[in-house]
Amino acid sequence: MKLTVKDLNSFYGPAHILFDIALEVGEGEVVALLGRNGAGKSTTFRSIVGLVENRSGRVMFEGRDVSELPTHAIVRGGLGYVPEERRIFTDLTVEENLEVGRQPKRAGAPQWDRDKLFKLFPNLGEMRGRPGGRMSGGEQQMLTIARTLMGNPSLVLLDEPSEGLSPKIVEQMVDAILAMKKEGVSIVVSEQNLHFARLISDRAYIIERGRICFGGTMAELDARPDIRDAHLSL
Amino acid sequence: MAFYVVQFLTGLASAASLFLVASGLSIIFGVTRIVNFAHGAFYMLGAYVAFTLTERFSGAFGFWGGIVIAALVVAVIGVLVEMVLLRRIYHSPELFQLLATFGLTLMVEDLVVLIWGPDDLVGRRAPGFKGAIDFFGQNIPSYDLFLIALGPVVLGVLWLLFQRTRWGVLVRAATQDRDMVAALGVNQKWLFTSVFALGVFLAALGGALQIPRDAVNHAMDLRVIVEVFVVVVIGGLGSIIGAFVAAVLVSELNAFGILIFPKISIILVFLVMAVVLIVRPWGLFGKPEAPARRTPGLTVNPWRPLTTNERLAAIAVLVVAAALPFVAGNYVLTVGSEIAIFVIFAVSLHFLMSVGGLASFGHAAYFGLGAYGVALLSKMAGLPMIACLLLGPLLGLLGAAVFGFFAVQLSGVYFAMLTLAFAQIVWSIAFQWVSVTGGDNGILGVWPEKWAASPSHFYWLSLGIAALAVVILRIIVFSPFGFALRATRDSPLRGEAIGINGKRIQWTAFVIAGTVAGLAGALFAYLKGSVFPDNMGISLSVDALVMVLLGGVETVSGAVVGAIVYKALNIWLVSQTDLSKLVLGGFVVLIVVAFPKGIVGTLEAFMHRRRKSSSSASSPLLTSRIESAE
Repeated sequence: MKLTVKDLNSFYGPAHILFDIALEVGEGEVVALLGRNGAGKSTTFRSIVGLVENRSGRVMFEGRDVSELPTHAIVRGGLGYVPEERRIFTDLTVEENLEVGRQPKRAGAPQWDRDKLFKLFPNLGEMRGRPGGRMSGGEQQMLTIARTLMGNPSLVLLDEPSEGLSPKIVEQMVDAILAMKKEGVSIVVSEQNLHFARLISDRAYIIERGRICFGGTMAELDARPDIRDAHLSL
Repeated sequence: MAFYVVQFLTGLASAASLFLVASGLSIIFGVTRIVNFAHGAFYMLGAYVAFTLTERFSGAFGFWGGIVIAALVVAVIGVLVEMVLLRRIYHSPELFQLLATFGLTLMVEDLVVLIWGPDDLVGRRAPGFKGAIDFFGQNIPSYDLFLIALGPVVLGVLWLLFQRTRWGVLVRAATQDRDMVAALGVNQKWLFTSVFALGVFLAALGGALQIPRDAVNHAMDLRVIVEVFVVVVIGGLGSIIGAFVAAVLVSELNAFGILIFPKISIILVFLVMAVVLIVRPWGLFGKPEAPARRTPGLTVNPWRPLTTNERLAAIAVLVVAAALPFVAGNYVLTVGSEIAIFVIFAVSLHFLMSVGGLASFGHAAYFGLGAYGVALLSKMAGLPMIACLLLGPLLGLLGAAVFGFFAVQLSGVYFAMLTLAFAQIVWSIAFQWVSVTGGDNGILGVWPEKWAASPSHFYWLSLGIAALAVVILRIIVFSPFGFALRATRDSPLRGEAIGINGKRIQWTAFVIAGTVAGLAGALFAYLKGSVFPDNMGISLSVDALVMVLLGGVETVSGAVVGAIVYKALNIWLVSQTDLSKLVLGGFVVLIVVAFPKGIVGTLEAFMHRRRKSSSSASSPLLTSRIESAE
């Protein structure tokens, strides 16, 4: 397994948010984490990369227990994270944003550099010197993914990449994610949009009120319309 | 004409050091979000260490090498401070960070006296820049020309560093969103440490470069930190260009202000700052910040008025305190009066800080204004004591009304810096306006009238006024005005959205706090029989902050306990040691790191836990899990 999460529990102050989350991601797999707004998708990702302080449980990445490591060490180990709010450095240019994400090459993980990423996201290549604050939402979404890829991750947590994007940009996003997969990057993508998830994912988990309530292949999910309708708003 | 040109160049030369220190402060703040009050202390250390090194090593190499090595040595000290102290408090509320670095400043002040002695030290002239250049009959020291050239060079180097290196890109990214930088695999710890080292290096270099121009002394830290705060407020905290432009502006205002308005040069700078704040509250080159996300409180206990039992207990304590004159001698009663006065002072600041969420670092200004108000009224106008006690604090009110108006335009660290700058201005007026205030000699012979002259009567008077002040402020906390003030503190935006005029509410709170502080100062003048500029000095402001902190910031009236404990300790300590600042500073740092809730807060948390554990045994439903949050 590339990534195994077991018994993950998270808290914000006195509030218990995640309950015994368990996930598995195989080598080169694209796994969707589906759920409504507030179901706990972002908190799951944030907990995996160590951004939620109050948490318990085990996160195994490439056979190593990373649950006790600080965020930067987890990420440096090859577990990339793309946050939902994009969090582009608005004062920095496109190239400088990529520079912040740059990490040394890692054996066994796909390599990325600026030119390769500009091929994957041609829009970015045309605005290398533009400050992140003066880009459209779709361009920022591409930049935030490209920025994480600069760290040469072997697995990426993608938090709601299609959120708030126009259908045309969503199409480009699908192509980009499939290209990443082809390069060999394993991906966990959180989504509310089932159609989008279906285009890219091999398997899916459904999360509801901080608990995983379904796990299986896309075909298995399609065979259970009751689950789909109960936990996902379409 | 030539004279004005020379004056202009002198201003530019002064700007160089100011820019170095201010840019260091800005860089550190940008990344760590800590306003490093100890920056002036590092500046001073730079000067002292450079003095020692340049005396020890001769020749041009010894001098210039000494300057650079001094800055490096101090930078290493800065790194140690960052690793040992600051790393523990990056996640604390900003008030604690300000206080911890302030405590550090106090410690350094005593340490330099301990190491280098209390006298001014005059360093040697810079080799190669000893002479002066004749400019149409006016002399310009060539060292000034060197400094004038140095400023832009440092600005250029910093620019290259931040624009052209990976480290610079990382720092700029962290300035904007440091958590995201960590989420991209960058170790923030070392980024913070390196940024702190650079900032301290710049401050120490600024100090070291001053030794050919100025004597080195142990008060230069506060003098420079006030100027630096003015510079970064004008230029915009976090902007290096802003620090440069504002340093030049402030230095030129000082240089020409002395020519045009010799008495009020400091007011000129203040006026410019006030105008900038009204037009651009975030400074000339700063960026308006999104409303700060409030750090959730340390405690979640909601405030409530005292229960009947607690009221009876408070009255009982008051009765016991009032019985003191029957058992104690005059010395104890005088100490008791002083403690009562400081209870008034501390609760006024506590009201502003805890209820209003406005941490003033210059609250002594209003205490001192009240004291001077009384002294002037009784000495010059010859008014009776009662009239003086009623009218004297109005000077505090007036000062709070004027300064408060500007101060509440800002929040957080900007507010703290501005209140400190205002207090320094009031202090320097009292210090410089000798014809009215007596300057350093103060005003003597302010004695209470016969009815209040005996220690027991004065004690009862102070105790009564203190009790009254505490009760009135508590009533205000639980009045509609108090609710509006707390709403503005907790969420300015939501407060505005339900029709609360936040700035006006905060201004009113500032005036209330200033008036009550003035009342404490008025009593203090009668207690001591005299007033001095130190009655409005920084160390008094810090005393008040420590009292509030010691009692517990997040309590309704913790300051009462804090003032009693602290003042009693302080009086005892001063009688025991000459290094009171060192001990006091260490004490502040210790509280911040180890007991951030203070005495009352810790007790409350303890009581709360006990109550909770006993109630959860009977009704498990109360602790059921909250599942609906994100």
